[in-house]
Amino acid sequence: MIAETPGGARPPGEPRHVGYLYLLPALVVFTAFVLVPIARAGYYSLYEWDGVTPATWVGLDNYAEVVSDEDLRRAFLHALVMLFFYAALPVAIGLLLAGLIARARVRGLALFRTVLFLPYVIAMVVVAVMWRMIYDPESGALNELLRAVGLGSLAQSWLGDFNLALPAVGFVGTWVWFGLAMVLLTAGVQKIPQSLFDAARVDGAGMVREFLAVTLPALRGEIAVALTLTTIAALRNFDLIYITTKGGPGKATSVPAFQVYDRAFQTGQVGSAAAVGLTLTAIIFVISLGINRFSETAGAR
Amino acid sequence: MRRWVIATLMLAALVGAGCGSPGGDADENAKKQDEKASSTVEKPDVAAAGDVTLTVWDQEVRGGQAAQIKQLNEQFQQKYPNVTIKRVARSFEDLNKTLKLAVSGPKAPDVVEANQGRPIMGTLVKGGLLEPLDPYAEAYGWADRWSPLLLDLNKFSSDGSEFGSGNLYGVSQMGEIVGVFYNKKKVPEPPKTLDEFEQSLKDAKADGDIPIQFGNLDAWPGIHEYETVLAQTADKQAVRDFVFAREGASFDTPEFQAAAEKLQQWVDAGYFTPDFSGTGYDPAWQRFAKGKGRYLIAGTWLTADLADQMGDNVGFMLMPGTDEGADPVALGGESLPWAITSQSKNKDVAAAYIDFLTDANAATVLAETNNLPAMPVDEGSIAEGLPREVYAEWKRLNDADGIIPYLDYTTPTFYDDISAAIQELMGGKSDPAQFTAGVEEAFRKFADAR
Repeated sequence: MIAETPGGARPPGEPRHVGYLYLLPALVVFTAFVLVPIARAGYYSLYEWDGVTPATWVGLDNYAEVVSDEDLRRAFLHALVMLFFYAALPVAIGLLLAGLIARARVRGLALFRTVLFLPYVIAMVVVAVMWRMIYDPESGALNELLRAVGLGSLAQSWLGDFNLALPAVGFVGTWVWFGLAMVLLTAGVQKIPQSLFDAARVDGAGMVREFLAVTLPALRGEIAVALTLTTIAALRNFDLIYITTKGGPGKATSVPAFQVYDRAFQTGQVGSAAAVGLTLTAIIFVISLGINRFSETAGAR
Repeated sequence: MRRWVIATLMLAALVGAGCGSPGGDADENAKKQDEKASSTVEKPDVAAAGDVTLTVWDQEVRGGQAAQIKQLNEQFQQKYPNVTIKRVARSFEDLNKTLKLAVSGPKAPDVVEANQGRPIMGTLVKGGLLEPLDPYAEAYGWADRWSPLLLDLNKFSSDGSEFGSGNLYGVSQMGEIVGVFYNKKKVPEPPKTLDEFEQSLKDAKADGDIPIQFGNLDAWPGIHEYETVLAQTADKQAVRDFVFAREGASFDTPEFQAAAEKLQQWVDAGYFTPDFSGTGYDPAWQRFAKGKGRYLIAGTWLTADLADQMGDNVGFMLMPGTDEGADPVALGGESLPWAITSQSKNKDVAAAYIDFLTDANAATVLAETNNLPAMPVDEGSIAEGLPREVYAEWKRLNDADGIIPYLDYTTPTFYDDISAAIQELMGGKSDPAQFTAGVEEAFRKFADAR
């Protein structure tokens, strides 16, 4: 069909200006619920404000505090550790499983996939309450299990130990997110043409070689999606911390999102909370952008 | 490029729309409140007030608390058919989180439960959002209902800067003490001095029992353990002065350090639940209720649960002091104070309502619904067994004016500061000197900025 140009003023294919009008309803909603709150937060972040009494203008001090305040610095550091447990580890496990599945036909694959995916389906609050019970030093499932198999000496106060608490909480993240990574990646594997694997095998590639040469490059898009989702989850992690440790013991598991809540609703530091929240948003934005850029440029090659 | 210009302009417009610094005028508020506080009123005549709807925000949602408020609300509306009480009940945490917004909004409730201390009541007073109750206290004679400290806890200067003195902004219904629950089967004769108590801990340990059931995963229970010891090592006035941030108060003193030392000694001697830092509060007291452990240092809010589960096998005492028969000192306080918002249009009726919630009839209702009334009450109306033991200790403590307040009232961020510091102290991450110095530093940040 040949495009008609009524009036003939526009070249064919040029969108009509009335098209912008169709964006308006979505733009109004987006403005009301995303842009305005962000702008508001930006405005609050320039004040020292307890939420009720008159605020004091402090300029960018709240942002400077994100870097200079030891508690906040540690919280952001903990967020990096969370990135490892929430993003790196689940994607690595997912890749491993995807590689295995690419190699061999597994009976009852759908069943395994469903079971391994289950943790992701459960609400985070439920997961957190459950793991708090599992980690209980005296009657928790983990220590009971260790004692039952004669490894009682390894039984720990998982959430109460200053060094173990952060990895223990992080591991819950791994448990929740590896299922999603696996489903995404195995689905990606199944879309790789069988001929590629056959060709690699004819060329005498072993399991590792085949994984590196065929599976991994073909999964770039899926890896980017999995990393983006898990990274966002890692950095905005709040519910898990709130329910399991409340940032303790001491401040060993405090993370930025928890600090935002604590400052805004508990300690009356609304300005600082807004600054931390916006900083966190910016970091998430930059990291996701980086991941997507990386997967696109690498894919173009 | 043009897109960015437009986007930037839009953002700028949005920010501009929100301008004018948040909040209101502070000096004006304070002056108005002081004028009100020094005025006098007649006892309000509720029946003549016409049809009134009182909106009340409370957190009386659990067990006996829910029962008492329901009963008292009904009685009040029967007594004054022209008054309708519109009750908004929320959990403690929900109430604390939403109260500031509600009270500063255009449709503020008339009566609210505004938690003691700087974070909530102090901020609301500073914002001019609460009504000073002094004229009503005078008219109704409230001073006789509570021991002095219980009233001080609900007082602020009109600019919100001084805590524990100034105008009265609320009154509380129920008392609470953090004391020592003990298993009567294992402790037939409760210790009378701190030394005897420590000896008993040692014996329990030797028997292979858990001397003190304790779980600090939730971070706040540690405050109760520390202050229970602190009440024995420090002068009560020193603790009060610190919490009220009075001139010259300090956390970094030998007495505060001595309590930290003792607590750490108890940890090192294995007097607490093993792995307490990874154990939740609820599992800990539930294990005590099931007969595991000799003592439980906890608040009287557990009275009903423990009496239910342990029957006659549980007893309650204040932590004994260093000398036998000395005046008792213990961590304690009162339930959230009932306050009137300054935006309320029915302040007189609201005051009459609060008076009704705390008079002699209310005290009896509280006792009958298994609460610990903060006001004096006939002992006979309190259930026999544990509740009556608790009330007897409450009375003994108040007659001696021996309550020390919760440390987390001290500054807006002090709950975080003190609970984390105690976790570090009890986890062996800091020594007593570092502990008191660290907490003092956090306190100074607040005190010096005032």
